[in-house]
Amino acid sequence: MALKQTPSQTVGPFFSFGLAPEQYGYAFASLAGSQLADASTAGQRIRITGRLLDGEGTILNDALIEIWQADAEGRYAHPADSRSSNAGFKGFGRMGTGTDPERRFIFDTVMPGATAGDGAPHVNIIVFARGMLNHLYTRLYFEDQAEANARDPVLQGLPADRRATLIARRDRQSAERVYTFDIRLQGDNETVFFDV
Amino acid sequence: MQDKPFNARDWSSHPPLSHPSYKSTVLRAPKIPLVPLRQNLSELTGPVFGHESLGSLDHDLTKNARKTGEPIGERIAVTGRVLDEDGRPIANTLLEIWQANSAGRYIDSVDQHNAPLDPNFLGGGRCVTDGEGRYRFYSVKPGAYPWGNHANGWRPAHIHFSLFGPSIATRLITQMYFPGDPLLDLDPIYLATPAAARERLVSRFSLDATETGFALGYAFDIVLRGRQQTPMET
Repeated sequence: MALKQTPSQTVGPFFSFGLAPEQYGYAFASLAGSQLADASTAGQRIRITGRLLDGEGTILNDALIEIWQADAEGRYAHPADSRSSNAGFKGFGRMGTGTDPERRFIFDTVMPGATAGDGAPHVNIIVFARGMLNHLYTRLYFEDQAEANARDPVLQGLPADRRATLIARRDRQSAERVYTFDIRLQGDNETVFFDV
Repeated sequence: MQDKPFNARDWSSHPPLSHPSYKSTVLRAPKIPLVPLRQNLSELTGPVFGHESLGSLDHDLTKNARKTGEPIGERIAVTGRVLDEDGRPIANTLLEIWQANSAGRYIDSVDQHNAPLDPNFLGGGRCVTDGEGRYRFYSVKPGAYPWGNHANGWRPAHIHFSLFGPSIATRLITQMYFPGDPLLDLDPIYLATPAAARERLVSRFSLDATETGFALGYAFDIVLRGRQQTPMET
């Protein structure tokens, strides 16, 4: 290789106006936000919500969460997916944890389908925050996709006692389909992070 | 036919997850090693933002938030190429940038540094590379600012960069610094980067990029992960 990778640096505490301006109330258009689906999007509507916790259990209010997912038929809106659709679902969301009173991230989207050559339906998550010199990758799987999860090579490749950290829990109290997924950066039940 | 996977993150180039002299890494770095993940379609794809994503002034931070006049500060033009590790240009890829104003103050309401806000400056912008991977934007040189990490700590002047490249595997957020800044050798964030890789974060003054009578030019190339040479086993 002729060239070396440019080093990563932290997103820092002051990304709001640059990366999520509309969410934080700055006069600059956002390229992406927390609403991935609109009225025309095909598929089962779901909400994904969660918090980011540090090694002492403190909930971070200065993190940025990005999600990347396939559409309801398991197609990524990207040229590398030969089944890629033109249906208008981009599959990318971005939200900071500094505006919700409970410091949650909240995404309204659709249940992804199983993707080509991959296992169970899942959402790819990238985590950024002050104090993180590199972003972290993790995946969210769905509690009520138990059969598919049991066959998923990524999940099944993990130590059994760590798999649960990647399973979003369905909120049975809610009439809507709401899945909760807390991300623990460190300590008890530390979330599985991947070296992608 | 699937695209070739991307090279791994080169951990001899990136800072460690935990770097205790940057204090807030201590509770935010995982203790368990990252789990290797074989790249599949989820990692070989990512969001696509092309030229159609941009507003007409997104690339000019000296103009995109004017209210009463021009922002105060030394005008700069920042340019460079986005390449992969094999030196191939990454065309039509988005760069998002954000920075403090020339006094070292961010417009972000979380920033409480007692330096003036500039009513004509937001500090956020975007551009997309051309067919040769080249980008260019205009701004004012950001100021240094104090932070609470350690006694009398000051961040060197910097511009934040966010890039996607062709997939989520090539995602990068970094900071561009300015040449000759005496604060670099005192900055725990800059110094967290392996010594052999640090200078890649420092832009170069460029007379070629300097615009006569208008703005000083700085050159900053960015290298994202390239593709592996042999296809992944299936």
